[in-house]
Amino acid sequence: MTEAFEPKITAFVCNWCTYAGADLTGTSRIKYQSNVRVLRLPCTGRIDFMLLAKAFARGSDGVIVSGCHPNDCHYTSGNYHARRRWMIYRNLMDFMGIDTRRVTFSWVSAAEGARWAELVNEVTTTVRALGPYTEYKELALTGVE
Amino acid sequence: MSRIGVFTCHCGENIGATVDCAKVAERTRNVPGVVHSVDYKYMCSDPGQSMIKDAIKEHGLTGVVVAACSPRMHEPTFRSAVEEAGLNPYLCEMANLREHCSWVHEKNDATTDKAADLIRVMVEKVKHNTPLHPIRVPVTKRALVLGGGIAGIQAALDIANSGHKVVLVEKSPSIGGHMSQLSETFPTLDCSQCILTPRMVEAARHPNITLMTYAELEKLEGFIGNFKATIRKKARQVDEKLCTGCGMCITKCPQKKIPDEFNEGLGKRSAIYVPFPQAVPNKPVIDKANCTFYKSGKCKVCEKMCPTGAIRFDQQDELVTLDVGAIVLATGFKVMRTDKFPEYGFGKYADVIDGLQFERLASASGPTLGVMKRPSDGKEPETVVFVACSGSRDRAKGVPYCSKICCMYTAKHAMLYKHKMHHGKAYVFYMDIRSGGKDYDEFVRRAIEEDDVKYIRGRVSRIYEEDGQLIVKGADTLLGGEPVEIKADMVVLATAVQAQDGSEELAQRLHVSYDPYHFFAESHPKLKPVETNTAGIFLAGACQAPRDIPETVAQASGAAAKVASLFSKDELTREPVVAVVNRLPAPTFSYCVGCFLCQSACPYQAIEAEEIRGRDGTLIKTLAKVNAGLCQGCGTCVSTCRTKAIDIQGFSNEQIFAELMTL
Repeated sequence: MTEAFEPKITAFVCNWCTYAGADLTGTSRIKYQSNVRVLRLPCTGRIDFMLLAKAFARGSDGVIVSGCHPNDCHYTSGNYHARRRWMIYRNLMDFMGIDTRRVTFSWVSAAEGARWAELVNEVTTTVRALGPYTEYKELALTGVE
Repeated sequence: MSRIGVFTCHCGENIGATVDCAKVAERTRNVPGVVHSVDYKYMCSDPGQSMIKDAIKEHGLTGVVVAACSPRMHEPTFRSAVEEAGLNPYLCEMANLREHCSWVHEKNDATTDKAADLIRVMVEKVKHNTPLHPIRVPVTKRALVLGGGIAGIQAALDIANSGHKVVLVEKSPSIGGHMSQLSETFPTLDCSQCILTPRMVEAARHPNITLMTYAELEKLEGFIGNFKATIRKKARQVDEKLCTGCGMCITKCPQKKIPDEFNEGLGKRSAIYVPFPQAVPNKPVIDKANCTFYKSGKCKVCEKMCPTGAIRFDQQDELVTLDVGAIVLATGFKVMRTDKFPEYGFGKYADVIDGLQFERLASASGPTLGVMKRPSDGKEPETVVFVACSGSRDRAKGVPYCSKICCMYTAKHAMLYKHKMHHGKAYVFYMDIRSGGKDYDEFVRRAIEEDDVKYIRGRVSRIYEEDGQLIVKGADTLLGGEPVEIKADMVVLATAVQAQDGSEELAQRLHVSYDPYHFFAESHPKLKPVETNTAGIFLAGACQAPRDIPETVAQASGAAAKVASLFSKDELTREPVVAVVNRLPAPTFSYCVGCFLCQSACPYQAIEAEEIRGRDGTLIKTLAKVNAGLCQGCGTCVSTCRTKAIDIQGFSNEQIFAELMTL
C-alpha cells in the first residue's frame, strides 16, 4: 500500500431514501471524501450479487449498499429482501475470498444528509486502511470473469 | 452506433466554482460514442434547453446526458426538452454534478475527476437506453377519506361537491372528531357544535358521500387511481337500517356508570350508547366490554325494549372491499396523557385536568351543562391555574415540538372561565405566547387586557394538595425568577398534541412515511404539503402535525382539490419504469422457467402466470408475466430471477452493468 492510495468506492443506492439523502448532503453543503461513485437504482431490492461482484472485478476497493430504513421502504418490502439476501451474500463473498470488510450495508433515509457524509467518510477511511483490492480483479482479468 | 451529446452545466457558481466544467466537457469529448460535448452557465434556462434541442437536430444525437443537478430536480425538464426535439425522453439521463460532487467536495483535481467519471458512467448508461413510452392506467373516480373529524368532513364534502363519490370512514361511532368536543372556538368564541353539526349532517345527507362509522381500514392494495381498500365495519350490535334512534334502549340499559369517552371521563354513559346527542349517524352501539349480556350472558333489556327490533346480539364484523382512486388521510390527533407528569399530580388529584376535559366542563352540552364545577366536589372554582406547554417543547419529559394550538386555547379557556365566573381569578403560566394567525394576537391581548387574566412567564415546578386546595409552585422569569405560589381550586394542563394511537401501524399499512413522532410525513415540507410519498394518498389536518381548525379546513380543501384534479382525467400516465419478462421466438418463448420466485418476491402482486399453448391447445410452457399497471418498478424480481429472464426498463441489467464497466 502506497501513501498516495485513494480507494475507489462504488455505492449502490436506492432512488427514494439514500439517493435523496445524498442529495440533501449536497443541499446542506456537508463536505465528504470524493472517492465515492454513486449508482442509482430504484430499490435496494434490485441489487443482486452480480453487481457487487462486478464492482470488485472492475476495480472497486470498497462497496456501499444503502437504502431505506426497515419499515420505510418506498416499495414496502424491497429493503427486507435486500437485507435477507445480504445475509447470504456475505457468506458467499467470504467463500469467494472477498474481504467482507470492504462491503458496507447501511440505511440512510432521505432526511439523513449528515449520515450519508459520515457513512462515506467511514467507509473511505476503512478501505484506505485495508489498502487496494487486487485479488479478484486479477482473477477477473485473467478471463475467469 | 451511438451518437451521444453531453451538456455540462455550471449552475452559475454552484458547479462552476468547484468543478472545472470546461475541462470536464473537453475530456468527455474523448469518451467513445460522444459526438458533442459543451458546457454552459445555466443548462436549465431557455437558451440552455435550446442548445440541447438544436444539438439533437444538428448532430443527429441518439442520446443525451445532461451533467447538472440531481435528476430528482430537473430530469423532467430535460426529458421534455429532448422530447420536443423529437427524441424519446427516456434517451436522456442526468449526471448529478451538483448535489453529489460540487456541493460536497472541495475545489481540486479529484473533484473534477469525479465529475468526469460521473458523466462517463451516464454516457455508458444512455448508450444502452431504449425508447420507453408512458403507461396509461384508468382511474377509479371514487375517494376514500379516513377519519371523520373536521378535516375528513371538509375533504369529503369538497370532493363530493366536485361531483365525485366519496366513502368517509370513521373508527368511532359518530363523525365529528375532537372539534365536536370543543365548547367554543378561538378567535371568535363561536360555539363549535353550532358550526360543525350542520357540516356533519350535510356530509351524512350528501348523495355522493357514503358514511361508514365504527369502521376501520383493514388492508390497502393497489396504486394511484386503482386502490383496493378493505374496510372492517365493526359490529354495532344494532341494525342501522331498522334503528330509528329513539333512544329507548339507552334509557333502559341497566349499566349506566361507564366513564364517557366523549366527555373525557367526566360524565357517565350506558353500555348501549350514542357518543353525544348530535351524533351522526344517531344510532347507538353496544360497548361489548361493559355490556352485562356479554359479561354474564344475561340481560338483553335493550333487545326487549327496542320498538323496531333493531338490536342484534349475533351481529359480526363485516369486511367490505372498495375500489377507490385516491385516499385522504385525516385521522387527527390525541392529547398527551398528563399522568406522565407526576409533579403536577395528574391522576392523583381530580381537579388537575387537561385541555379537552376543560372544554367539556365549559360546554353547554357537557356533564355540568356548562356550569363551572370542579370534578372532585362540584364546587365552583374561585381560582384556576392554566399551565401551557405541559409536555410540549420539553425534550426531557415530553415532546420537543410546539403543539401550536395551546397558547390560543389556553387564552380561550381563561376567557370562558372569566365570562362564567366574573369574580374568579385566572392565571396562565406560559413559556412564550405563540399566537400567529388572523386575529389571534388580538384575542390573547383581549384575554389579558379586557378579561383580566393574569399571565405569568415561567414554568410550574410542582403542584400538590393542601387543605383541599391545589398549591401551584412556579417562578416568574420576568421578575428575575421570583418564586410564585398560587392557591388554586382547579388546574388545567395544556398537554402536548400527539399523533393518534396506531398511526405508525396505519402508515405502514398505507406505505406512507411518518416522522419520529408518528405524524404522517408530507412529500415535501414546502412545496408538497398535502401529498405523501405514495402517489394518490393525501393528508389533511392534525394527522400531519398539530393544527388549528382554520388551517385544518384549508388543508382538507387543498387535499380535496388534489383529488378532484386527479379525477378530472379518465386515464393516468405512469412512468414506464416497470419490469418485463423477456419474450423470444419459439421454441424457447422466454428464458423464464416458470419458477415464480419473482411472484413471491413482488410486493405488489404484479406478477401473473401466463400459459403458452400450442395450436391444438396443449400447454407448452407457463411463464411469468408482469402486470404493468400494478408494477411499481422496484426490481426486486430482477435480483430474485435465477435465469435473468425478467428485467426492469430504465434500470436494466444491461444498463447497470454498462455503468459498472466504466468504473
